Amino acid sequence: MIILENIDKSFKGVKVLDNLNISFEDKKITVVIGRSGEGKSVMLKHIVGLIKPDSGRVLFNDIDLNTINKKELNELRKKFGMVFQDGALFDSINIFENIAFPLRQHLKLSEGDIIKKVMSGLNDVGLSGIESKMPSELSGGMRKRVAVARAMILEPEIVLFDEPTTGLDPIMSDVINNLIISTQKHLKYTGIIISHSIEGAYKTADIIAMLYKGAIIETGNAEKFKKSDNPVVKQFVTGSMVGPIVI
Amino acid sequence: MNFILDYFEKIGFYILYLINELGSLTIYIWNCILSLFRYSINMDNLFDQMVFIGVDSFFIIGLTGLFVGMVLSLQSYYAAKIVGVTYMIGPTVALSMTRELGPVLTALMITARCGSSMASEIGTMKISEQIDALEVMSVDPYYFLSMPRIIASMIMLPILSIISSLIGILGGYVVYKFFLGLNGTVFVDMIYKYMKLSDIYNGLIKAVVFGIILATISTYKGYEASGGSKGVGRVTTQAVVLSSIYILFADYILTSILF
Ligand SMILES: Nc1ncnc2c1ncn2[C@@H]1O[C@H](COP(=O)(O)OP(=O)(O)OP(=O)(O)O)[C@@H](O)[C@H]1O
Ligand SMILES: [Mg+2]
Repeated sequence: MIILENIDKSFKGVKVLDNLNISFEDKKITVVIGRSGEGKSVMLKHIVGLIKPDSGRVLFNDIDLNTINKKELNELRKKFGMVFQDGALFDSINIFENIAFPLRQHLKLSEGDIIKKVMSGLNDVGLSGIESKMPSELSGGMRKRVAVARAMILEPEIVLFDEPTTGLDPIMSDVINNLIISTQKHLKYTGIIISHSIEGAYKTADIIAMLYKGAIIETGNAEKFKKSDNPVVKQFVTGSMVGPIVI
Repeated sequence: MNFILDYFEKIGFYILYLINELGSLTIYIWNCILSLFRYSINMDNLFDQMVFIGVDSFFIIGLTGLFVGMVLSLQSYYAAKIVGVTYMIGPTVALSMTRELGPVLTALMITARCGSSMASEIGTMKISEQIDALEVMSVDPYYFLSMPRIIASMIMLPILSIISSLIGILGGYVVYKFFLGLNGTVFVDMIYKYMKLSDIYNGLIKAVVFGIILATISTYKGYEASGGSKGVGRVTTQAVVLSSIYILFADYILTSILF
């Protein structure tokens, strides 16, 4: 169980997260939705300690991330896979080496096993045959899918996806959503997905949470969101210009 | 009155900035050393960097050494001729090269060639979240990026420096014998007579220190990048300027200690 407890975070005096509380259940997929610029990526980076809260605690199975040293943090991070919003692929090595990177760093596999794993990972995201290309030669959506493959290659316990389907065409979005669902069924990881897409959230989420003005204003399953009385949630779900959210 | 206060305020800010910078640099170096004990050295990257800093720089370093040696020979000829001590040109060239110009020029050239690329490479990785990605994959950036560069630079600089000095002396010899038409045997004999072994290894100690300085500062500056391509450009410039200043400063200190 991952818990963010009373998190406050400001950048240069601007409050981004304001007393944020949320918990992520084990072996479930939680989708966090919210408008652009609300602090979703910032929230996600708190979970792996890339950003430290100004106040509040990040708890991982009752371990406070702030109280452990770097070595323990690194051990803990081995349980995580993360898809960054812009992919964050290593641009000096090719796609094959990008996906193989976590394998080479943490497991002692034979070259044959590495090739087998990387190829099947690429195949899962619909990108067979591009392994010798460089990241700069790919489209944004292709990079995103490579990032998904890289994050999953070590079969982590927890996978964080920062907008895995943004920038993909509807068909590819569905492929990735299905990949997330099927691998989750198979590997039973804890999934935390950031998304703008309410449809995608309905499809993939066990639990949906909505971030608004630096705090979580609603959590629950898809049914609860569809029927929510909260006018902010209502407006977001229906995608309307009219409502309490001022543009 | 106000502009005087402004002036002092600026100096104050600058001093605070310097202290702050020195503090972060110390923490950076400490983290690099810690990574050495925690994870040892990443051999693949070390090897790549040794090739990049060393092998790929041979040509430019040789060229620099050659011209400097030739110029030295020529310049000292004009002075030596007046007092009739042209036999001292050999030792002048050899000592200047091994003690001073070999290490310093090599360090400055490598700063320009490799320090700049260390800063911009790491800077780009920083702003495109590749460093974050490394950290989430539990790969320590100090171990993976910094230490291989620092150690490669530390190992390759003395080697490059020796090459630069050797070619420099050779260039000096060529000018001495063929352009100035003087007796080449004297050039060599006088070098043997006046140069001590300590001149060579003190020069090498300098090169090692310069190597550490340039790679440490250049990598450190890379991590400070923020805010897009302009940010990367800024830290790259800072890396080159700061490394050069520190190298010249260290050169003075080392010269006064070693010789
Ligand atoms: N390193 C940083 N320095 C300064 N401000 C930052 C930093 N990171 C994020 N912010 C600010 O925090 C706010 C939230 O950013 P964040 O990237 O979390 O938004 P988001 O919800 O992920 O948006 P999107 O859906 O567009 O990705 C933004 O206003 C941004 O300007
Ligand atoms: Mg974001």
